[in-house]
Amino acid sequence: MLKLSSLISGIIFGLGLTISGMVNPEKVLGFLNIFDAWDPSLMFVMIGAILIFSPLHFIFKRKSRPIFAKNFVVPSNNNIDKNLIIGAVMFGAGWGLSGLCPGPAISSISFLNTSVYLFVLFMFLGFYLGNIIQSRK
Amino acid sequence: MNIINFTPVSAFVGGSLIGFAAFLFFAFNGRIAGVSSIASNSIIKNENRFDNILFLLGLIIGPILYSLSGKEIESVLTNSLPLIIIGGLLVGIGTKIGNGCTSGHGVCGVSRFSIRSIVATIAFIITGVITVLIFGI
Repeated sequence: MLKLSSLISGIIFGLGLTISGMVNPEKVLGFLNIFDAWDPSLMFVMIGAILIFSPLHFIFKRKSRPIFAKNFVVPSNNNIDKNLIIGAVMFGAGWGLSGLCPGPAISSISFLNTSVYLFVLFMFLGFYLGNIIQSRK
Repeated sequence: MNIINFTPVSAFVGGSLIGFAAFLFFAFNGRIAGVSSIASNSIIKNENRFDNILFLLGLIIGPILYSLSGKEIESVLTNSLPLIIIGGLLVGIGTKIGNGCTSGHGVCGVSRFSIRSIVATIAFIITGVITVLIFGI
């Protein structure tokens, strides 16, 4: 059953990325282009997502366990460390250079665009390298 | 600053779907729908590997379902290949080291009032804005 709920969550997530325009790198770059010709739409994507997820998850969290899985797995780390900042800054730079972040990049695989494949390939290489860097410390 | 291409309604509707998908994943699987973690764990960790791959498959199916309804999906990615490659690497390494991306930190983390996620989200948005300002894409 966990497989089914994973697939369905992914499909709805992918539909949301499509409808919101997040799968369009030009639109994402328009959001980051605050000082020139700004497209504030992405702010509304975040607001919509948070308004739904935040209250629903707080209400549901009171249950002793999830519906299919044995327990909730939620990060409990509260430390603002160097890795968090360095990682977020690197991610922001990559996001600004391409207009793609992980979700939309993977969703865009069906658009048959060579640049997207190249991005996804190097993103996965980045995960692998990041994992090596992380486990060295 | 000029406002262009502003689509608040589709952004909000799509964002709400993303939030709902994240809630389903939380309620059924007990996990945070952070795409960078799901994607990186799918190649790094054995735990939940098949669930992770199915979620990613769902992300790809979402836009395909949307286009079956006869609607066009706009996606413009014209950046040069070096920018795509460097962008992909930075997104991969950065989200691995920083433990999250737009979905894990930006949507789910901010919704949980996680201080780490709020700091990371501010950091990657500011860096994204500065990157677009410098590279003027």
